[in-house]
Amino acid sequence: MNIPPDLKYTKNDEWVRVEGSTGTVGITDYAQEQLSDIVFVEIIASPDEALKQGDPCATVESVKAAAEVYMPVGGTITSTNESLPDKPEIVNTDPYGEAWMVMVELSDPGELDGLMDAEAYEKYCEEREQ
Amino acid sequence: MAEHLMCELSVPGRVGVRFPDPDVPTTPLPEGMLRDDLPMPEMAEIDVIRYFTRLSQLNHSIDTGFYPLGSCTMKYNPKVNEEAARLPGFAFVHPLQPIETAQGALALMHQLQEWLKEIGGFAGVSLQPAAGAHGELTGVLIIRAYHRSRGEKQRTKILIPDSAHGTNPATSAMSGMQVVELRSDPRGNIDLEALRAECDETLAGLMLTNPNTLGLFDENVEEVVRRVHEAGGLVYGDGANMNALLGIVRPGDLGLDVLHYNLHKTFSTPHGGGGPGSGPVGVAAHLVDFLPDPVVGILEEGDEEDPPLYGLVHPSHTIGRVKAFHGHFGMFVRAYTYIRVHGPEGLRAISEYAVLNANYLLARLRDTYHLPYDRVCMHEFVLEGRWPEAPEIHALDIAKRLMDYRFHPPTNYFPLIVHEALMIEPTETENKETLDAFADAMIKIAEEAHTDPEVLKSAPHETPYGRMDEVRAAKALVLCCVADYAQKEPVEMEVGDREKTSSPTQPL
Amino acid sequence: MYIPHTAADREAMLRTIGVERLEDLFQDVPAGHRFPDLALPPALTEMEIMAELQDLALSNETARELVCFLGAGAYNHYIPAGVDAILRRGEFYTAYTPYQPEISQGTLQAIFEYQSLIAGLTGMDVCNASHYDGATAVAEAVNMAYHNFRGKRPKVVLSPSLHPSYRETVRTYTRGSDVVLEGDGPEADVAAGPDALIPLLDETTCLVVVQYPDFFGRVYDFTALAEAAHQAGALLAVSANPIALGLLKPPGDFGADIVTGEGQPLGIPLSYGGPYLGLFATRTEYVRKMAGRLVGETIDNRGQRAYVLTLTAREQHIRRERATSNICTNQGLMALASTVYLSLLGRAGLRKVAELNYQKAHYAARGIASVPGFELWSEQLFFNEFVVRCPIPAAEVNEKLLEHDILGGYDLGQDFPGMEDYLLVAVTEMITREDIDTLVETLEEVTHG
Repeated sequence: MNIPPDLKYTKNDEWVRVEGSTGTVGITDYAQEQLSDIVFVEIIASPDEALKQGDPCATVESVKAAAEVYMPVGGTITSTNESLPDKPEIVNTDPYGEAWMVMVELSDPGELDGLMDAEAYEKYCEEREQ
Repeated sequence: MAEHLMCELSVPGRVGVRFPDPDVPTTPLPEGMLRDDLPMPEMAEIDVIRYFTRLSQLNHSIDTGFYPLGSCTMKYNPKVNEEAARLPGFAFVHPLQPIETAQGALALMHQLQEWLKEIGGFAGVSLQPAAGAHGELTGVLIIRAYHRSRGEKQRTKILIPDSAHGTNPATSAMSGMQVVELRSDPRGNIDLEALRAECDETLAGLMLTNPNTLGLFDENVEEVVRRVHEAGGLVYGDGANMNALLGIVRPGDLGLDVLHYNLHKTFSTPHGGGGPGSGPVGVAAHLVDFLPDPVVGILEEGDEEDPPLYGLVHPSHTIGRVKAFHGHFGMFVRAYTYIRVHGPEGLRAISEYAVLNANYLLARLRDTYHLPYDRVCMHEFVLEGRWPEAPEIHALDIAKRLMDYRFHPPTNYFPLIVHEALMIEPTETENKETLDAFADAMIKIAEEAHTDPEVLKSAPHETPYGRMDEVRAAKALVLCCVADYAQKEPVEMEVGDREKTSSPTQPL
Repeated sequence: MYIPHTAADREAMLRTIGVERLEDLFQDVPAGHRFPDLALPPALTEMEIMAELQDLALSNETARELVCFLGAGAYNHYIPAGVDAILRRGEFYTAYTPYQPEISQGTLQAIFEYQSLIAGLTGMDVCNASHYDGATAVAEAVNMAYHNFRGKRPKVVLSPSLHPSYRETVRTYTRGSDVVLEGDGPEADVAAGPDALIPLLDETTCLVVVQYPDFFGRVYDFTALAEAAHQAGALLAVSANPIALGLLKPPGDFGADIVTGEGQPLGIPLSYGGPYLGLFATRTEYVRKMAGRLVGETIDNRGQRAYVLTLTAREQHIRRERATSNICTNQGLMALASTVYLSLLGRAGLRKVAELNYQKAHYAARGIASVPGFELWSEQLFFNEFVVRCPIPAAEVNEKLLEHDILGGYDLGQDFPGMEDYLLVAVTEMITREDIDTLVETLEEVTHG
């Protein structure tokens, strides 16, 4: 299982990559594997929208499951991945790269402290495997 | 070989059924409002009948084989029920006829209401809900209306055990309620500690499936009901599993406030390939005034000479209609027939033998499959479809392999609290030979799982169709035949040649 | 009987289980409430129950013996014999929901045909595998439109000429949500056409719902309403009579976003109100917002074209409390009935039945209007149903008609205060010229005789 060390993670299996005051959000390798073949992605959030931590920003569906993607951090959406809905399968193949979902201008960087680092997230995934 | 679609079979000029020419002087048609195309097939009657008959033969059904689908109660559907519902005196009654001309229909509905009250231990019944989930919606809206009538708007929390039926959370959300899941204890009962923690002034109610989806009767049911009532909440019963309880215990006697019945499970009205169902709701005395509008009542009492006059009455605090007209009357006739043919002893025998059959299968399979909750079961039970020594085998593979033995698979991957769940409900109408043949197949498959896993992974082999590409279906989303039915001669289609055939269907 | 066990079977099975008696299996049930005596009548044999039911059935009068001019949402149409021949196949009616596609292709392919036929008939792109009835289909349209805008547009405009029971069902369904219903209050003018709804549309509106033909039988072009709805950012739902669509422009041509309807006219018996069939079709862009089951085409691992339930991840058993609807059971067998009905009638037959309805209704309307004291309520185009004003209360007219074995129209005073003298009259292909002439003569007699 791929868990990049430089990201922050949520209990709902989202990741956020922070560069300066901008965060990029997607779902983790563990999440895509649990969902299996992704057939549909809808980005709910739109640019300039202000979202709170925990607000839904996207929906992901496989043939056997559906999942909401929630904002790991609050802020104003700066861009969304418009090409993702046309090729939802890249969530399976490149969850931390091409399959990013939204970018957000963080309103409260302090919220990052409540998220898991890679080590904690790995432990969290292992717990659920048992 | 796959069956053609009607857009491939249709040939311009063919007609299935003719109608007479108008016998009245004609009126000009409204030119500006006429449609310019009517995409309908053109087939002779024999083509239509042969097509649908051939399609029917691709189905597994109760009439052709064992159907042990957990929580679905796939019991035999008596043929007399079908005759009864088709009696012209029932089939051709208009729902808005004057009640004086529909006394037979209303009397039957009134009697069925009374019998369902007696069987469930309730004070009132509405026959209106169209299906189980519709009955749930009705029940939760009744609970909501009850609390509001008492000025307790804040009661919006619905507790749903993790062993409850899958529709319960969606029903609660649809009714504007907040859902809180309750965990089960190690014996498969509702965890009383978890329940205690949620019993507060926001509690609207608990949705109880009992026996639950593990097939287990909650050993603390009276305590559960008492705690919910003490906290001011109501208890909703999901009656999908009533086939275990006929003449065994009345949910109303246990203190349940509202419950839906599934006529298409317990009372043998057919499932019809996914419907129609029928989901009457029974309620305790304090909820009678909230039932959907209308219910059947007696407008004038009868005497020795004349029967009573039946009619439609309007509950004073009704939640309103949940559908048009009076409910699925055709299903009421079938359920009425079924209850009448059984009588009180016969109804009890249904549940006794449903439970006997389930425990017999359980006894035959328990040494081969892991049983996560080891108790006497009610009408169904849940096994794990996995073995540590056969790591590549999943419940799905067992399910698919069962088809090669001509059995419908059990419900799988539900309930969610059991890994690789196989949920088995044999019903009372299966004989010992059928149960033994099924148990033998399950044991044989367990053996194959360890010796020849590939035969499971690639199953089914003996069915007319193999495993489906569900990802392709969800991505391509071909949801209808978009062709003009008049376009062409039928195309020949070879097995495996699908990609090359010019398809009348196309992705959206 | 339906329980096949012999005493020997039972004893052998109890031994295998390891208990002595059947009663031993019920120890978890509280003893105080175990094995209640049910006060139910004793069992009957099949022969006896059929006699009892025949008595009950014969105490109803039906649209077979009476001449039926009653419609108002349920219609007495001819059902070709082939429809029930297929419905009686045990392989169809004793099957469950087709969750195992390898052994359910019959049901799945039949539903795919149904989706194709209804999408074509309504002029929509996609159709689901059915809802409970015409009323709940409208309620689900409201639900879908509300969720389509994520609750940000809470207003739904209901036409006052939408079936009263449908409007009431929508009210029940939306009790627990923030949906605000407008347009059909007591102040609404039922005589007005659909364009009277346009001023109610605004940026808070998610949906406007109309009926086609409307509850009073009137047929309107909804193009202007659709444009206004779309301009306001809202959707248009049309509840349509499918037989009328054999003749008239489909709602898709007007720009409707959702088409619902009561499918009962398509080969389903009156059966005192059910089971019927809720039609639900929409445009491609809303396919994932649509509740209910859907069948999609795919291939199996042998390369055969085949069908499966698809987009199931939207449904209640997976999304649970995040699902927008709890629907699970549909009207599968009724959808099959309508599919066989449409296949037997085909292009020519459906058009002909629609024309027969139109012609006979217009002949009847002219005849009734020629009776002194009776007049048509509206000059608007109609299909097979129309409103007449009577010189005496409609209830009295109906009573007198019934004495002549005529099932009169729907008394509009039951739902619309002030319309006690108005009768909604339906005329289908089952009505002959002689029936209509008799009706007209009887009306003359009962009001002037």
